[in-house]
Amino acid sequence: MEKQGKALYAIECRQITKVFGQVVANDRIDFNVKYGEILALLGENGSGKTTLMNVLSGIYHPDEGQIFIGGEEVKINSPVDAMELGIGMIHQHFKLVEAFQAMDNIVLGTGGRKEKSRVTSEKIKKISETYGLEIEPEKYVCDMSVSEKQTVEILKVLYKGAEILILDEPTAVLTPQETEKLFQILRKMREKGCAIIIITHKLQEVLAISDRVTILRKGKSIETVNTAECDAKRLTELMVGRPVSLKIDRPKMPEPETILKVVDLTINKQDGSKAIDDISFEIKRGEILGVAGVAGSGQKELCETIAGLLHADQGAILFHKENILGKSPSEIIEKGVSMSFVPEDRLGMGLVASMGMTDNMLLKSYQKGKGCFVRRKPARELAEKLIGKLEIVTPGTETPVRLLSGGNVQKVLLGREIESSPSVLITAYPVRGLDINSSYTVYELLNEQKKKNVAVMYIGEDLDVLLELSDRIMVLCHGKITGIVDADKVTKEEIGMMMTGETRADEAEREAR
Amino acid sequence: MSTVTSKQHQEPLIRVVKRAELTAGRMMLLRLLAVFLSLVAGGVFIACVGQNPFVIYGTILSGACRSVMAFQGTVKIMIPLLITSLGVTLAFKMKFWNIGAEGQLIFGATCATYFALFCSGMNHVLLVIVMFLAGFIGGGLWGLIPAIFKVKYDTNETLFTLMLNYIALHIVSYLRDGPWMDPGSQGFPKIARFDKNASLDKLFGIQFGWLIALILVVVVFIYLKYTKQGYEISVVGESQDTARYAGMNVKKIVLRTMFLSGGICGMAGMIQATGSDITLTTSVAGGVGFTAIIVAWLAQLNPFSILLVSFLFSVLEKGSSVVQSNFGLSTDCADVLQGIILFFILGCEFFVRYRFVLRQKASCSGACRKETEG
Repeated sequence: MEKQGKALYAIECRQITKVFGQVVANDRIDFNVKYGEILALLGENGSGKTTLMNVLSGIYHPDEGQIFIGGEEVKINSPVDAMELGIGMIHQHFKLVEAFQAMDNIVLGTGGRKEKSRVTSEKIKKISETYGLEIEPEKYVCDMSVSEKQTVEILKVLYKGAEILILDEPTAVLTPQETEKLFQILRKMREKGCAIIIITHKLQEVLAISDRVTILRKGKSIETVNTAECDAKRLTELMVGRPVSLKIDRPKMPEPETILKVVDLTINKQDGSKAIDDISFEIKRGEILGVAGVAGSGQKELCETIAGLLHADQGAILFHKENILGKSPSEIIEKGVSMSFVPEDRLGMGLVASMGMTDNMLLKSYQKGKGCFVRRKPARELAEKLIGKLEIVTPGTETPVRLLSGGNVQKVLLGREIESSPSVLITAYPVRGLDINSSYTVYELLNEQKKKNVAVMYIGEDLDVLLELSDRIMVLCHGKITGIVDADKVTKEEIGMMMTGETRADEAEREAR
Repeated sequence: MSTVTSKQHQEPLIRVVKRAELTAGRMMLLRLLAVFLSLVAGGVFIACVGQNPFVIYGTILSGACRSVMAFQGTVKIMIPLLITSLGVTLAFKMKFWNIGAEGQLIFGATCATYFALFCSGMNHVLLVIVMFLAGFIGGGLWGLIPAIFKVKYDTNETLFTLMLNYIALHIVSYLRDGPWMDPGSQGFPKIARFDKNASLDKLFGIQFGWLIALILVVVVFIYLKYTKQGYEISVVGESQDTARYAGMNVKKIVLRTMFLSGGICGMAGMIQATGSDITLTTSVAGGVGFTAIIVAWLAQLNPFSILLVSFLFSVLEKGSSVVQSNFGLSTDCADVLQGIILFFILGCEFFVRYRFVLRQKASCSGACRKETEG
């Protein structure tokens, strides 16, 4: 292409530095992308990936360093500047107007006079064909599936003429099949001469899609390697800074006994649709039941109902053969059903962000003890114990937990739940946003609980981890169970199929045909 | 595909950069600087209206504290302000935007007045206790109403509490013009002066409400910081989801806290009516309910800081009334001064967290050769 003659690199960053208060988010980062190349930015959470991308897309202004686009030095002051320079960012969380049609979302912000919708629609179709995207421009965003929405996001930046695309963890919300489809699109774009930067912490994906990998660690660019010359082990080492074992234990427990049984449970959402649709399953002592499913398949509602926060419309939840449906959250906590739900923003539920560890330890136990005063001494002791035991890094027990890093927040939350010695432990997305080390600490903690005969329900995102950690995996799709399988007798692809709604029976049928 | 534009983008003149967390000492220093600057700006304002700022500031200070009587006057202004600020603090800690302190204060005063007018023959100590209870319960109920609607129908508490202010005010007007009109006033609409038996006793020359206020400072501090209920309030204020998850009955907590918040404001009304005014007028609150919101925020919801801030506000108010009589400067000027101080102090909170960075000279030269597109 013409561009390649003009300049070697689509984007080149030299010595980019960005400081937030005392935190150096980006410390003299160097990296570059060529036209017609896919670069993966790999790094653990907190390594500065997102900050760097926000610098490129004009949201932040770097404190030091230079950015070159097509060989020329530029200053990017706003997302509009970035767009003009041909940089398109596809965010992890979609930024779409739900009530608009796809094409309205695509032309939004392009400026100029609004064209006739037929013209726009034609233009969009033409771009889609070029890159092999599938889209119905007239469809409303609210009627779209997650992967369709992502397609709209991609089209949005292509329509504006971006030839440098930045994708921030694009696969987090996709099933394995959808991910593969996205990768095909990205490869097509690469053929057309686009420069693509993909941010991720999933090693398999890096290996599958990228040409080169730039590894960030603690705000510094550590190394850039050719993907072809690399493997998962080497990448992990670069990312973490030392060799790590990637194996997760799965201890076998003898003769598990059922402790919690969900029978014919149906939960309606406020808008009348079914969040959970007539499901039954059981959790046994000393096992980890993994729950797989695309985000929003009813996981959250299921957890909240077991914890007594949501009202169920039909069915029963039997804990030691006693129905706990309709009991208050505090009664359920008393029985030893413990939940550590980690929502996307990590601090929304379960922890109070502005309080220190001590006060957060009190959250579920402050009612204990006589009198009207809160007893902080035991809580402080517990906090100190957890800091030692789980190696929580914090300036002190009174430092607000929002100032701690993600991994440490997670340890505080899980630590508290575990210290209350529950008999059922429900964790949802406990490793969300955690680096590899912290993730493995969490897996170890869960396994420890399992060995103590606790029934663990683990709702996770990463199928590889679910397959290794869980004893059985339950797959949810649109509130229905599409399969409960033994984790050692199932493949990732099979789970992926179930996540899209195909039960094992469907599959057998299709194979028979 | 469009071409990459060759337009050079200029770095903005001023950028906002997040600061590292400041130490408590530096933060204090920054706030003191803000107060100082606000005094300077206020001085400019005073100079603009043709007075000598030093003289005016001096008069404000001396006017508020020059004699025992002046000081007593200052304290008298401070009592309802302090108590009401403590009241709204409870609700604000829960992030329940109670801007109906005015109404709660008035209604509490009204309930207490009933006993002052019609049960004045009762034993004095008993009567005072009954009036306190009436004020507390009256204000509490006035605070409870919006809370009930909030938890039941999720109504907007800001509007609801604000509207209740006017209802309370007009209830007083109605009582003044009708059922409770002083028969001895020859048709002039006012409520009779309370019997001596029904007014608060004096302690060191001021009605003993100041003692109640000081006790409340300590009580509210302990309540918020060390009790289970206080803990619940902070959790609910931070995140209702978290509170529910921890097994707290959020609705009950909201109702209880609003009852207490309104109740304390109601007590302020009772103290103002029976201690200072010795009657009930429509100006029993006189904007205290709104000033209290400012005081509570400036003090960052800390009861001891509220004590200090409400004292300073009272000095300003008392002092400016002296300025008015000595220099003929309207008390509205005090409001302007208050506004200026607020502007600076609230504005300084921004600088506690951020700082400005000016564009560097070096990057300007590169930006000067601007090329147009195409």
